[in-house]
Amino acid sequence: MISTKISPRTLRQLGIRADILRSVSAMAMETPTREDALTTKPLFSVTPACERNQDELSVKIGRGFEQRHVGPGPREQRAMLETLGFTTIDELIDQTVPESIRLRGNLQIADAMTEAEMREEFERIAKKNEPFTSFIGMGYHNCFTPGPILRDVLMNPGWHTQYSPYQAEISQGRLQSLLNFQTMVSDLTGLPVANSSLLDEATAACESLSLMMNGTKGKRNKVLVDSKCHPQTIACLQTRAGNKNIDVLVIQKKEMAEVMDKKTVGVIVQYPDTEGNMNDISELVNCVHDNGGLVSMATDLLALSIIKSPGELNADVAFGSSQRLGIPMYLGGPAAAFFATRTDFARQVPGRIVGVSKDVNGKQALRLSLQAREQHIRREKATSNVCTAQALLANATAMWGVYHGPEGMVEIAESIHHAALVVAHGAQLAGHKVVTENFFDTMKIDVGEEKAIILKKAHQARINLRDYNNESCIGIALDDTVTRDQIDMLLLILGSPKMVADLDEMDLDDIDKNSIASSNFVRKTSFMEHEVFKMVRSELELVRYIKELERSDLSMVHSMIPLGSCTMKLNASSELEYLSMPEFTNSHPFAPEWQTRGWKQIFNELENDLAEITGYDKVSLQPNSGAQGEYAGLAAINAYHKSNGDKRGICLIPTSAHGTNPASATMAGLKVKAVKVNSDGSINLDSLKGELHKHQGNVSSIMVTYPSTFGVFDEDISDICGLVHDVGGQVYLDGANLNAQMGLSRPGKYGADVSHLNLHKTFAIPHGGGGPGAGPIGVRAHLAPFLPSHPVMPGSNHKTSFGSVSAAPYGNAGVLPISWSMIKMLGPEGLRHSSEIAILNANYMRKRLDGYYQVLYTGSHGMCAHEFIIDLRPFKKTCGIGALDVAKRLMDYGFHAPTMSWPVPDTLMIEPTESEAKAELDRYCDALISIREEIAAIENGYVSKVDNVLKNAPHTMESVLFGDWDHSYTRKKATFPAPWQHNGNKFWPTSSRLDDTYGDRNLICSCPPMSSYK
Amino acid sequence: MSLFTRRFVQNFITSQFTRQLSVTHRHFGLLFTDDHEWVKVDNGVALIGISQHAADALGDIVYVELPETGEEVSKGDDIGVIESVKSVGNIISPVSGEITEINEELADDAAVVNRYPFEEGWLVKIVMSDESELEELMDEEKYAEFCAEEAG
Repeated sequence: MISTKISPRTLRQLGIRADILRSVSAMAMETPTREDALTTKPLFSVTPACERNQDELSVKIGRGFEQRHVGPGPREQRAMLETLGFTTIDELIDQTVPESIRLRGNLQIADAMTEAEMREEFERIAKKNEPFTSFIGMGYHNCFTPGPILRDVLMNPGWHTQYSPYQAEISQGRLQSLLNFQTMVSDLTGLPVANSSLLDEATAACESLSLMMNGTKGKRNKVLVDSKCHPQTIACLQTRAGNKNIDVLVIQKKEMAEVMDKKTVGVIVQYPDTEGNMNDISELVNCVHDNGGLVSMATDLLALSIIKSPGELNADVAFGSSQRLGIPMYLGGPAAAFFATRTDFARQVPGRIVGVSKDVNGKQALRLSLQAREQHIRREKATSNVCTAQALLANATAMWGVYHGPEGMVEIAESIHHAALVVAHGAQLAGHKVVTENFFDTMKIDVGEEKAIILKKAHQARINLRDYNNESCIGIALDDTVTRDQIDMLLLILGSPKMVADLDEMDLDDIDKNSIASSNFVRKTSFMEHEVFKMVRSELELVRYIKELERSDLSMVHSMIPLGSCTMKLNASSELEYLSMPEFTNSHPFAPEWQTRGWKQIFNELENDLAEITGYDKVSLQPNSGAQGEYAGLAAINAYHKSNGDKRGICLIPTSAHGTNPASATMAGLKVKAVKVNSDGSINLDSLKGELHKHQGNVSSIMVTYPSTFGVFDEDISDICGLVHDVGGQVYLDGANLNAQMGLSRPGKYGADVSHLNLHKTFAIPHGGGGPGAGPIGVRAHLAPFLPSHPVMPGSNHKTSFGSVSAAPYGNAGVLPISWSMIKMLGPEGLRHSSEIAILNANYMRKRLDGYYQVLYTGSHGMCAHEFIIDLRPFKKTCGIGALDVAKRLMDYGFHAPTMSWPVPDTLMIEPTESEAKAELDRYCDALISIREEIAAIENGYVSKVDNVLKNAPHTMESVLFGDWDHSYTRKKATFPAPWQHNGNKFWPTSSRLDDTYGDRNLICSCPPMSSYK
Repeated sequence: MSLFTRRFVQNFITSQFTRQLSVTHRHFGLLFTDDHEWVKVDNGVALIGISQHAADALGDIVYVELPETGEEVSKGDDIGVIESVKSVGNIISPVSGEITEINEELADDAAVVNRYPFEEGWLVKIVMSDESELEELMDEEKYAEFCAEEAG
């Protein structure tokens, strides 16, 4: 035991963990509390570590997490370093990361916790959250998440570690599930084209505004927004429109027709609205259409199962959140927003659309359609900057739909509606006025002077109601978890003389009169008629359906997914522990702050840790995707310039940037000017100087990625920042490649002003097959006042903030603990080591492939950063083989392709991450080398240019088992090209190569009839 | 064409395309822009399309968005979009004037632009307001040289 005589400072100098230090001081100074005893007693021991100096002590408790997170062990690391000609990792890093930007010394964050400690920490923090039952509504509802969906989809790495389904042949499972989601959305909204999710309801509203602006003719400069939209929807719309110079008029629906004119792009209304009311908007719709405008509707899918659809009401766009269809609230996210529109606007739809096509053998197969709309191709002219959305949650919601089917959904909706009718009736009996005339599940009740008492009684019953500030009203929104006891409790709180059991025939008659079934709003059209929503009812059937789809998809549970710029690393189980804890699942984002202290502790610590890691002064966790972070960062820059009385409209972007950069700049109202890059991938300084000179007083910012998108640590990054600062511009540094920098260099310290961090890349949030993500931004102090705020939970900076970018105050709050726990379990050394090994792994692969493929760009010492590009362009000339062929052939070897044809056409960009062990890196290299030999055989004329293993890849089981085999190579060579596949564990692609052209020329984006599945 | 497409084209062009240009039949009287569009002038009316190698570089074209007739455009304006499976290019007006006709057939079959970029795959007709703008365009020979240079 450490003697209490050792002063805390001495302990600190010895590098002993800060939190243990606190416990030790607590033990020394006061009676030990039970909590302290629990954390320290059974584990505490101090041992001199043999590697360290004799006079240093180190505390070693349990087995560290780092060895689980980092793939190669010490022996493997030595072997890999030897291959590269180094003896220590420091030598490699010295040759890779420019001296001028190196961080010397450790990050000042807490030392690593073990996995066992993290489990306890989660439990301890969970206790700080008070899981009240929230009937607040406002876009977030309790709901029952069926066990198989929570466990077999959300928490299952077979579903959450997948990449976005660009490689369709090994992604048919989630493509099918996303198509189910689109079909559900399209059927329920009555609008034929739906996408496969957006980030949240408020951002979906902003996307609908973009569609309206693009979809209407003539110069239009204002939009009418329903004052009964959720406040967060209005706030995000105001922020977005403000950046695009569109006026937002927030008015009541009944006032809209008066101000509607040919300068108005249209109206955005909510149905049922934030107070729960449904209005007849048929006249308004006609008026808008007569003026050439469009109608966009925020709505609720569960309500739509029993009320008329937006399509039937002639709306042009419908959007909203599907959270209540099976997804826990998680303090506001993640959940899938949906977006549907008319067929003629298909090309204006933001985000990913799954479409039906066929493979080369004519078999029906799914793929992402109309990609040319999206930011990665169309850049500043894209319909939206959205890329990562909420694929995992859309899949979970689709499974919820498959499980319940249309009749189950109606049953759930009706039971909620009936509960709401009973509560409303009770409120009336108690003498209150139910303000909401036509409701589904949400009502606003004027309770007069009794408001304080009612809220107090609710508090005692551990229930949150919506508090309409400055009004004598409360709001109640019911959901599918409501029990009869809870209804009685609500009746009691409202002061109703009758409980549920006391209701008589007359009461029931009264209740019936107010029901949707007796109103004009009742839905008469069918929905979700497709077989897929009828075939599963029992839990076994659902589990098997989930498994069936999962089996078609290659994910991280099969093999490495070395997607350059996407950082597909370990998503550790220990980081996901909390996902099923009720203290985290049931938190409403607008619950009083004191109920969410555990969450806040995590957010504060995460903000501080991220600020330390990036060298920035302040971090905002609100942006819920990387692209959203870019937009938020640029909006903060806009606000900063404005506060200086500066109007600057030009954003400089290198031609090698991610497509999201120019798309985000456009969204932030900036004009994009391209900066050339040199043939080695670095920014062309002459071009930059030229642009800066040309636009000097008007340069708002530059967006640079570091290490560059070509995977190189350019030496002159600080100079670039300096040049831009000299003309008064700001530096936005895209944090997509932060995985090469943790503990090694810090953007905030070498010249950048703002960065977003992709927590779903660098900080271990699972990719989810295309979301959830999180894109917090870090800023230097001068930008801090302008960081995002929130209309319902305003931060300290709400007066200076540029506005809001996400529906919830902390964006995808529910996944932030993953990154928090990863940082806590790795600690300063573990983080630095992760980046070091990410660089080692990349350079090791680069070295192994050297001689087989041309590596396109490296730094001044011949090293790449954490990723590198191999050139396949020569093979086009020598034998007609391209990147696509190699990507598809990798599937036959059981691998997912690296990033294809980006940032250079017909190349592959490989990013192995630190989590892959040497054996897996070797297998991937062996596969690529073997493929190189297959290419050589074509080049040398031994094999046909048309009929070969590459052109025909991938090979499905059907293609080798059935029919005649008339190829020039054997079935074995086609499907078992590598020795490691002979263990009975072969991954089979389920489709042959997709016909992309057919799918784009014949857009079908909902489930086709079962008969077409052959 | 947009910057992206141009980069795409540059990276894509191989000796094959340049060869194709020189050996396939010549298109007399066509003028070319460095955005890889062609213009054929007949009595003050400019017929506009994209060149064979732009069409080849774009790949399978799936959608063409064209302006409305009657629209007044200036040289250099974006007047439409050509979308392929993997790429997208803006149609940039090579001349100023009024759009008098668009190729309605492309709405049903955008692939015509791949098959016959110089004939049935034409895009728009513009009644020119300033014929001197034609002077900046290249003849076919110069354009072939331009493409070869771009391919570098």
